[in-house]
Amino acid sequence: MEDIKLMKGNEAIAHAAIRCGADGYFGYPITPQSEVMETLMDEAPWKTTGMVVLQAESEVAAINMVYGGAACGKKVMTSSSSPGISLKQEGISYIAGAELPCLIVNVMRGGPGLGTIQPSQADYFQTVKGGGHGDYRLITLSPASVQEMADFVELGFELAFKYNNPSMILADGIIGQMMEKVVLPDFKPRRTDDETRKQCPWGTMGKVEGEQRHIITSLALEADVMEATNNRLQAKYKKIEEAEVRFEEINCDDADYIFVAFGSGARICASAMEAARAEGIKIGVLRPITLWPFPTKEIARLAKKVKGFMVVEFSAGQMVEDVRLAVNGAVPVEFHGRMGGNVPSSEEIITKFKEKFSIK
Amino acid sequence: MKKEIIIAGFGGQGVLSMGKILAYAGLLENKEVTWMPAYGPEQRGGTANVTVILSDQKISSPMLKFFDIAIVLNQPSMDKFENSVKPGGILIYDSNGMTRKPARKDISVYCTNATDKASEMGAQKTFNMFVLGGLLKIDPMVSIDKVMLGLKKSLPERHHKLLPANEEAMKIGMEIIQKEN
Repeated sequence: MEDIKLMKGNEAIAHAAIRCGADGYFGYPITPQSEVMETLMDEAPWKTTGMVVLQAESEVAAINMVYGGAACGKKVMTSSSSPGISLKQEGISYIAGAELPCLIVNVMRGGPGLGTIQPSQADYFQTVKGGGHGDYRLITLSPASVQEMADFVELGFELAFKYNNPSMILADGIIGQMMEKVVLPDFKPRRTDDETRKQCPWGTMGKVEGEQRHIITSLALEADVMEATNNRLQAKYKKIEEAEVRFEEINCDDADYIFVAFGSGARICASAMEAARAEGIKIGVLRPITLWPFPTKEIARLAKKVKGFMVVEFSAGQMVEDVRLAVNGAVPVEFHGRMGGNVPSSEEIITKFKEKFSIK
Repeated sequence: MKKEIIIAGFGGQGVLSMGKILAYAGLLENKEVTWMPAYGPEQRGGTANVTVILSDQKISSPMLKFFDIAIVLNQPSMDKFENSVKPGGILIYDSNGMTRKPARKDISVYCTNATDKASEMGAQKTFNMFVLGGLLKIDPMVSIDKVMLGLKKSLPERHHKLLPANEEAMKIGMEIIQKEN
């Protein structure tokens, strides 16, 4: 039998990081994700795999340690929650500009400001529309279960190294704090120095005899050089948009209406869908797994055959803008959200849905 | 089979760990399980609660408004969750410190004197196991064997000497629970 464990989403992140052969974690504690570093400290992987776990003096320091580690081709990560992720934005922009792979985990809490420690999804814009400065994109994975928290660590690193781009796991407080069954990935050894050099020939691991020095920077004062960098980034983002869209559909085939939601919001929508189907209302759930690249094409395809969409988020309505762009006016796109750490119930979602679409 | 349960009380009563033991036993019975604590200001203000779902099928929402079973271990928890029990559902309360009895007539109400019994036996630390025993008497959703196995697996070895006391507490909990309505 597979080894099934019961653990929190945050704990699953930590175990998966060690098991996928990560080289380093740099963080600073903040609720609701402090268990990530606490679990890593308990597991003490520096004694086994050699993975570094370091509590930095601040979020800004942690993301710049990630920048440094990534520049050496190392498999490095950080995690935080909303206000801490805001602090990391400068570093994230630099890492994206320097085209380095790394993994950033955001277990979102209610904002703005210090806000509340309770669950939220209000960092969608920050994550997929920028956050830091400049024309960059983060590959963004949105887990809806503890199992996906574990699985997306490896997937996030894999995509980051495939495209030399930072990946983000964008979870909400529910997924971080909830315990569920999880099968952890198998142990994979950390890469040797030779393997790291081979995978990341651009890395600053010491000058090699007969080769030019490797320079990692996001600075290019000449506009033509900087534009060339941007063109290269945009070409890469286009490739990612073509190849890496991921989503889950539940009962969308025969649906008249579709709920679009991510993370634990999609789980609550699935409960609402089950109750509505028991009443004979054919609803499906579309759950974007990658928030960037966004499943625009799939939503456009569904817009040709359904009567309407309802987007549910733990925010004032952020992803709904991307759904509206995809639907492009073909059918109505309604929205229901809760803010400030509150979460909509499945009963509330059905009531709002019936109101908005005038269904008795 | 699907059981949606809320356990609520003061911090220190073992509310979260009771939920965890139940979830672990569910896992050992090959059920799908979720354990979702209130980790917000409740936790810091003295009251704690956890939602546990055990199911034969994949669990959609881990956050619920209504429950099959509510276990309330202080007055604020009874005030908050009595009306969240589904009609025909079950409410279990500990009599200690309660200023009123539950008012609902459309649900089954059970009372346990777990606090009093535990302190009489000098076994306050296993209070939550008295309550869990009561729950499993009313609704044997998981077996005692699996609860004990789960407890053994989740407790560090240095605490394994406490296992018999926990099992004893559960058995007494089964005896002292009484149906009121």
